[in-house]
Amino acid sequence: MEEALRIDASFIDYVLVAVYFAVVLLIGLAARRRISDSLDFFLAGRSLPAWITGLAFISANLGAVEIIGMSANGAQYGMPTMHYYWIGAVPAMLFLGVVMMPFYYGSRVRSVPEFMLRRFGPGAHLVNALSFAVAQVLIAGINLFLLASVVNTLLGWPLWVALVLAAAIVLSYITLGGLSAAIYNEVLQFFVIVAALLPLTLIGLHRVGGVDGLIDKVTNAQGGGAEQLSSWPGNELAGFSNSFLSVLGIVFGLGFVLSFGYWTTNFVEVQRAMATHSMSAARSTPIIGSFPKMFIPFVVVIPGMIAGVLVAETASLKAGGDGGGTTYNQAILLLIRDTLPNGLLGVALAGLLAAFMAGMAANVSAFNTVFSYDLWQRYVVKDRPDAYYLTVGRLATVGATILAIGTAFIASGYENLMNYLQTLFGFFNAPLFATFILGMFWKRMTATAGWVGLVAGTAAAVTVWGLNEGGVYNLPGQGAAFVAAGAAFVVDVVVSVLVSRATAAKPATELRGLVYSETPKEQRTDPAASRLPWYRSPVKLAGISLVLVVALNVVFR
Amino acid sequence: MSDQHRTGRTAAPHRAGFSDVRTVIGLLVGFYGVVLVVMGIVAESAEDRAKTGDVNANLWAGLAMLVFGILFVLWAWLRPVIVDPDETEPPPDNPPPVGGAG
Repeated sequence: MEEALRIDASFIDYVLVAVYFAVVLLIGLAARRRISDSLDFFLAGRSLPAWITGLAFISANLGAVEIIGMSANGAQYGMPTMHYYWIGAVPAMLFLGVVMMPFYYGSRVRSVPEFMLRRFGPGAHLVNALSFAVAQVLIAGINLFLLASVVNTLLGWPLWVALVLAAAIVLSYITLGGLSAAIYNEVLQFFVIVAALLPLTLIGLHRVGGVDGLIDKVTNAQGGGAEQLSSWPGNELAGFSNSFLSVLGIVFGLGFVLSFGYWTTNFVEVQRAMATHSMSAARSTPIIGSFPKMFIPFVVVIPGMIAGVLVAETASLKAGGDGGGTTYNQAILLLIRDTLPNGLLGVALAGLLAAFMAGMAANVSAFNTVFSYDLWQRYVVKDRPDAYYLTVGRLATVGATILAIGTAFIASGYENLMNYLQTLFGFFNAPLFATFILGMFWKRMTATAGWVGLVAGTAAAVTVWGLNEGGVYNLPGQGAAFVAAGAAFVVDVVVSVLVSRATAAKPATELRGLVYSETPKEQRTDPAASRLPWYRSPVKLAGISLVLVVALNVVFR
Repeated sequence: MSDQHRTGRTAAPHRAGFSDVRTVIGLLVGFYGVVLVVMGIVAESAEDRAKTGDVNANLWAGLAMLVFGILFVLWAWLRPVIVDPDETEPPPDNPPPVGGAG
């Protein structure tokens, strides 16, 4: 059984993987050693065409979880997975660019915990920093698990050995300064991933007899059917048998709460846009990113669907069998094994390993920043020299990696990782988004309401999830996560409003730059914006993107 | 080498060169293209043909990557990013070297 899962990589494949990592390490070393050149790195980043920043923006998100999770979803549910892009990402990215970015950029808040601290004070800051740290360790575990499962598939080592090895590799990758040119690597990684996934999709389609062959096979497959070929109403994905509830769950739960929560408050994502030189460029970053984002599912979800009918193990899983010990999470790896010759196989492995490592490295370093500065320095041991916090940061990196080995085992228990990930987002992102949006647009919201709302929202999501796990009701797909997120959002808003009524608001002078109505217009707008041509105007670009994404939803309904 | 970065902040504007991400993307993808084309020509086997459904996938994907790589390098070369060190503010975690023109 172990043997059947092996991918037969040859010497040349390992060479292609090694070349990629050599390039990444050289970039890191060059950025660290030669300071004047590192300025070039950052300057080149700033003066590159806006589409490059846009690519970095989506590339930060195009990691292991997306590639493995979305292809697993594609194999299991088919076309409804497209909602994660056309409903669950693009509208939120446009909203971020058009509505929220002027505000972020104008108020000069650089991170989500920083906003919480300034808007609501230490209570909300502490809750936010703690939940962020926990979420990062859990998500790092997912990335680590995926990385280890590639090593496991490649070399056939037991999962726990692969986990420890993968953790050691990531640790050295972070220590070697691979992160000092993070944006740079992300853009590079985007192209390698596309270079791997595009041929995979084309060859896969060719093998199943083109688009018609795929439609035919998915319709007739056991566990397939015609509903897997249209994105709406997505009953199987949401786990509701009632189509109206399913659409509601997808639009409100996934499309509004989960996706807006993720894209508009995620510290890693928002920072990409903040690094640009002007308000217009910052607003354009997520909007330009939305164009490639809406086409990525064609090289991620479609291969998953192909694997569901072409790969023997995945097809047996779909038909209700045991899949020869595999899970949906391995769908894309198995497709790679079955279709790519040596050579292309190496490119694919380089792309996947790069994405997984970068993803985990980002989680671990985000954790270490928040842990050492937002938690340790502010609440535990104050007023020590910088070197002290640097050491704390290093220890936190090692600690987070060890913890991630533990959380990787939680992740390994899920047959479809997207179910797990959406559950986590429901716990952490949905209440955060509610508090954020309320705090931004309602000046009456008080400091106490900030943290009480967050805690109540998370508690509501955990309760909904627990009731589903405990069998009080049963939502098999990602519906439980959508409902949990929706509950978190509603409870957070209601509790925040009630608590705000009972406590004293902050004086208006302290809200300048933090609440929409208290921020002067000139702080939120770019004076040069009216002189830009249409292809650099964020609002016009957003309009085009919106039309395209509506068209995609209609064409593939 | 070390003189150069000591005078980093007063140096003349120059091309970003290897630190232009387009050059690196072009070279890496182009290199992959060359390797794949060679693989497609010399190492194609019946087993590969069975996997890909009778297409020389390495050759065609390699050619596409090669073309893409060449276009990116050309683009970076024809429309270079000009680095003007005087306009560069050092990022907060990278203070200017001691002894610079401060």
